[in-house]
Amino acid sequence: MPFAQDLRPSPDPAAVIDFSPEASSLAIRGLTLAYGDKPALRDLTLRIPRHRVTAFIGPSGCGKSTLLRVLNRLHDLNDEVERTGEVYLEGEEIHGPGVAVAELRRRVGMVFQAPNPFPMSIHDNVAFGLRLQGGLSKRKRDDIIEWALRSAALWDEVKDRLRASAWSLSGGQQQRLVIARTLAVGPEVLLLDEPASALDPISTLKIEELIRNLKSHLTLVLVTHNMQQAARVSDYTAFLQDGELVEYGPTDTLFTNPRLRRTENYITGRMA
Amino acid sequence: MRPVSGSRARLPRGEGPGAWLAAGSVALSLLALLALLSLLAVRGLGHFWPAPVALVVLEDGRQLAGERVREVPLPEGTGRERLYRTGNRDLDGARWAWVPVSAITAVSHPRDLVVLERRRWGEAIGRLTALESVTGERLEGEAAWAALEGRLVELAALRRARDTLRDEVILPRVRALEAGGDVDRELAIANARLRELQAAMEGGRLILATADGGQLTVPLEEVLRARRPNAMSPPDKLATWGEGVWRFLSEGPRAANTAGGVWPAIFGTVLMVMLMSVLVTPFGVLAAIYLNEVAHQGRLTRLVRIAVRNLAGVPSIVYGVFGLGVFVYGIGGTLDEWFFDATLPSPTFGTGGLLWASLTLALLTLPVVIVATEEGLARIPDQQREGALALGATRLEMLTRVVLPMATPAMLTGVILAVARAAGEVAPLMLVGVAKLAPQVPVDGDFPFLHLDRKFMHLGYHIFDAAFHGGDVQSAMPLVYATALLLVLVILVLNLTAIFLRHHLSTRHGALTRR
Repeated sequence: MPFAQDLRPSPDPAAVIDFSPEASSLAIRGLTLAYGDKPALRDLTLRIPRHRVTAFIGPSGCGKSTLLRVLNRLHDLNDEVERTGEVYLEGEEIHGPGVAVAELRRRVGMVFQAPNPFPMSIHDNVAFGLRLQGGLSKRKRDDIIEWALRSAALWDEVKDRLRASAWSLSGGQQQRLVIARTLAVGPEVLLLDEPASALDPISTLKIEELIRNLKSHLTLVLVTHNMQQAARVSDYTAFLQDGELVEYGPTDTLFTNPRLRRTENYITGRMA
Repeated sequence: MRPVSGSRARLPRGEGPGAWLAAGSVALSLLALLALLSLLAVRGLGHFWPAPVALVVLEDGRQLAGERVREVPLPEGTGRERLYRTGNRDLDGARWAWVPVSAITAVSHPRDLVVLERRRWGEAIGRLTALESVTGERLEGEAAWAALEGRLVELAALRRARDTLRDEVILPRVRALEAGGDVDRELAIANARLRELQAAMEGGRLILATADGGQLTVPLEEVLRARRPNAMSPPDKLATWGEGVWRFLSEGPRAANTAGGVWPAIFGTVLMVMLMSVLVTPFGVLAAIYLNEVAHQGRLTRLVRIAVRNLAGVPSIVYGVFGLGVFVYGIGGTLDEWFFDATLPSPTFGTGGLLWASLTLALLTLPVVIVATEEGLARIPDQQREGALALGATRLEMLTRVVLPMATPAMLTGVILAVARAAGEVAPLMLVGVAKLAPQVPVDGDFPFLHLDRKFMHLGYHIFDAAFHGGDVQSAMPLVYATALLLVLVILVLNLTAIFLRHHLSTRHGALTRR
């Protein structure tokens, strides 16, 4: 574990691990966010390690999905959102004046809770992001599509019906298609917002296996309600409550030996 | 994901008054629709069937010949009275005869009674006594009938040649002349040819002995068709019927819209509705996109939305007044001043016309398109939008590549509703460009081919005009029914086209309805 030596005790009360800037893909500093006058995130500071799976857990409404959406600026869509603090992607402030939002979102892909393939063929779904960029020959594009579908472990199931409607796939296949679609544009970071919560157990296992495989070349950030899932797939886990980062550490440590009582209560299900 | 059909909870059939009431309402609606359509079909299409002509002998020895129209009871049980259509309006000024049934001594259907359809004065009914040619030859009896049929075919050909010459050679050149072109020579040649054709048609007349003993002399060029209905076999009658229906659909009106066909009105209606759709769709869709996708969803947007929905309830005549004031006098008048001042004071765009009528109806149907499109946009899950944005699409790319294709069926639903409303609308058109008679359709071979400034005919207005403004309402009524039936059919075809289009698009885009 190349990051092990970077782990340092963090200031109380939150046990925050602080990766070195070189090892982290995303760095969040002093992030506070409110919907109108309703606060959602309070002064979050954390780094997310490159090519690892980081899970955000916490009760509903704790702000974990909001945090995820800040990372690729989807919160821009809501005019009521007020934000202070910074988010750095590979050392660059993502809210900076020179940053093109579309370019940022290509670098930081996102997969949502319910599968949301577009009403097009399987092929066109994966080609969607590539066509937006343009400048690719059809042949090159088809190669990328095949690579993306293979990476998402979907190729063997759909290679004979790429022209079929994406909506004819099962829920699990749709979710993997959405992942393939995101992979095709070549992101550095993949945000997953409860990607398996709408799926059956077998599809869930497939998605989890996929997440483990993808971290060889991607930084993954996973929001989940499912404690077992966080334990199974993530390398690091952050526990959020009421918009605050309560505890952040290696998944094994956090689940077996949490530093704080609040964390322990939550992961053992004793929270009111 | 797909709702299984039949899984919905249903009212138990045959149990309780609720189910009966609901089923009864459906049955009643269907019956009303069926009654409407069959009335229109029977009255309208029956008109073209060659009815037998009766020769009626009355107590006092008078005779009359005519088609029996109907029989009604007289007041206070004093017997019944029959209405005959006797034609021959030029002889006695009447075209109809009411006869008390008690006064009839004999009714027969002689095979040699002839019904003439004429260009003026309506029908003539009687026995053909003689046919005189231009050289003074005189034919009588069966020979006259055989010669008449041949001559009528020749005349029809000549008439067609004349109309073609007038519409396709002379009229365009007259317009060119008005515009300052040098076409005098061509025009002179064409006019000479026209006079030749006219001369070839003239001469020759037929003499008809009417049932009441009178004599009617009819110049042959006035006669459009002649038939002996009592001598016709059923297949002959069917052929005559089909021909009559076809002429109704393909010819222009005659005799102040109380006879002839409705082709210019069909063409005008369809063209106007299509123009209206082309105008209303982009505006409506853009407005809906703005309201749903761009505008800040605050109080103002809600207010605008309510206002748009309420616009749909404004009476159509109000839109007509608006169109007259703003489009015709305002914009049209200004256009005339700027571009057509050579022809002033006779207006070009400063009077009602196809463009202004289409624009007025587009305005009238705009709320329908906006509301339907907005509903379609609102049905698209935000996840689809976010999915596109998360792949690096700009808002514009998200709209054009994901949202709009998914909202297309809803847009087309809006257009279907707009077409259904616009095609049946008459009141505003009377103010902004419909004409009682405009036999020239607004599309022809002259530049710019589509004449947006011309007045046009409309089936709805044609019904109104034939039913209330003709001199002879009795004889126009069957055409009113037929035109009404046609209007229903035209709207049906326009709607089916749009529905077909929507189905085609929704299978291509995999519509939301498939979820």
